[in-house]
Amino acid sequence: MPALKKLSRQIGGLVITLWIASLVIFLLIEAAPGDAASIMLGTNAAPDTVAALRSELGLDRPLLWRYAGWLGGVLSGDLGTSYTYGVPVAGLIADRLAVTVPLTLIATLLSILISLPLGVWAANRPNGPVDTLASLFSQVGIAVPNFWIGLLLILGVALGLGWLTPGGFPGWQAGIGAAFEALILPSIALAVPQSAVLTRVTRAAVIEVTNEDFVRTARAKGLSRGRALWRHTVPNALLPVVTMLGLQIPFLISGAVLVENVFTLPGIGTLAYQALSQRDLIVVQNVVLMFTLIVMVVNLIVDALYTVLDPRLRGRV
Amino acid sequence: MKRFPISLILGGLITGALIGAALLSRVWTPADPTAMNILNRLKGPGEAGLLGADQIGRDVFSIIMAGAWTSLGIAMTATLLGGAIGTLIGVSAAAKGGVFERLAMAINGVLFSFPPILSAILLGALMGPGALTSITAIGVFMIPVFARVSRGAALQIWSRDFVQAARMAGKGPALITLQHILPNISAQIIVQLAIQTGLGILSEAGLSFLGMGVAPPTPSWGRMLADAQTFLSSAPHLVLAPGLAIALAVLGLNLLGDGLRDLTDPRRRQAS
Repeated sequence: MPALKKLSRQIGGLVITLWIASLVIFLLIEAAPGDAASIMLGTNAAPDTVAALRSELGLDRPLLWRYAGWLGGVLSGDLGTSYTYGVPVAGLIADRLAVTVPLTLIATLLSILISLPLGVWAANRPNGPVDTLASLFSQVGIAVPNFWIGLLLILGVALGLGWLTPGGFPGWQAGIGAAFEALILPSIALAVPQSAVLTRVTRAAVIEVTNEDFVRTARAKGLSRGRALWRHTVPNALLPVVTMLGLQIPFLISGAVLVENVFTLPGIGTLAYQALSQRDLIVVQNVVLMFTLIVMVVNLIVDALYTVLDPRLRGRV
Repeated sequence: MKRFPISLILGGLITGALIGAALLSRVWTPADPTAMNILNRLKGPGEAGLLGADQIGRDVFSIIMAGAWTSLGIAMTATLLGGAIGTLIGVSAAAKGGVFERLAMAINGVLFSFPPILSAILLGALMGPGALTSITAIGVFMIPVFARVSRGAALQIWSRDFVQAARMAGKGPALITLQHILPNISAQIIVQLAIQTGLGILSEAGLSFLGMGVAPPTPSWGRMLADAQTFLSSAPHLVLAPGLAIALAVLGLNLLGDGLRDLTDPRRRQAS
């Protein structure tokens, strides 16, 4: 089972890189000025109160001990307690993921729905009006910051037309409809740059595959242009598109931090950003590790998708 | 037939204007970009200055000009630093191969999973917000990009006959890299520098938007947008100008990069 062997090797690599990342994150946060006890008690606290809290939080233990404690906690799902919220960090992150994960998924879906047809159409009629429109869209879409698109959407759609909400999130308990409505504009803002990148890659990939021999053979066998396109060209052009989708994940996450900020969504990005400004470093530490985990796991999934999409890779180790 | 691609001309013009505005802002702006004039508060374009005035009456056009200096300065410094380190890693990986190459590329993978905003959150905890935090956060993310591009390009050159000949002549990998690899991949690196500087401007704007960029009163496009958010309905012109400036700057650099690529690698002309 070469595929299984490959997967286990990849998971091994993932664990090692994740471990290195955790070490880097831990050391950076450790080096940050001001420890949890003095931040929690404020600047006017008596030194012995701070010392007492320090030992209660285990901050007086050696560095390696605390790192091992954190790592052990991460593995068992106990991420510690937030200094500012006073609740377990794991629950806090889970609550916020319930906003960020749907947001990024809707945005990704939206960007695929925009870019795939647009890119294929543009490639099918190079230099036609759709192609011009597509290349214009991909150039401009990449250049425009997503948080600015968010502001423009609030200005034009929410305030101007009075459609949808300009920001905030009612929570999933308010009903799927209401929660979904609050995610529409943020998803669009997040999806525009993504679809610009994907349109460009799709177009280039389809053009490249169209010129290959097997597509010409298919046409020569009497397959119609449309059938050759959808049966042979597009499936083979999907590989670079999926690669790009994987490469875009870090940008999608950065984008989510910004877009959540614009629309005041209580997502993981807002959590990270607020935790930083309140110096709730234990939250920062865990959120950053979780982001890293997400990026790496998604990259692994993208790699696995390759094998599904390209049978030629199946036998390869 | 040697024709300059339209993207090169357009990108060159926009980038030239951007650099020009940034340099000019050091010696002249229509008004002092930090001088407040409460009488002009939130006045629209034409009523006070070319692009109106902000919430404390500063001239928007002047802040945009001065912001070009900040944006370009941070983006270029970060890209050059990340580019230099990344290229060094990339060409060394291609030259050495083996365990070193695998290790270098594994570290790249780790770095690539830290997008600028995430590193800035981490570094912000360590050093607080500021130009240095922005430059480091953006620069770190540039390293794997350049390492990947330069390694790929270098590997291609390594397989060429003239490199084999140089090896046969007894030249070591370091000398070959210096004499043959780097000159032959420089075009690709320069293209990447242009495109990544655009990305750097976008990232810098995002960081300042979140308050993790340069400290006020240093003008910055991202913070202008963050400030404008409060006055979205009363003064929409405050949202339009900085956003357009960012988009135009990035568009210019991307077009410049594309144009340079078309110029140096004609094979890619029909593909992208």
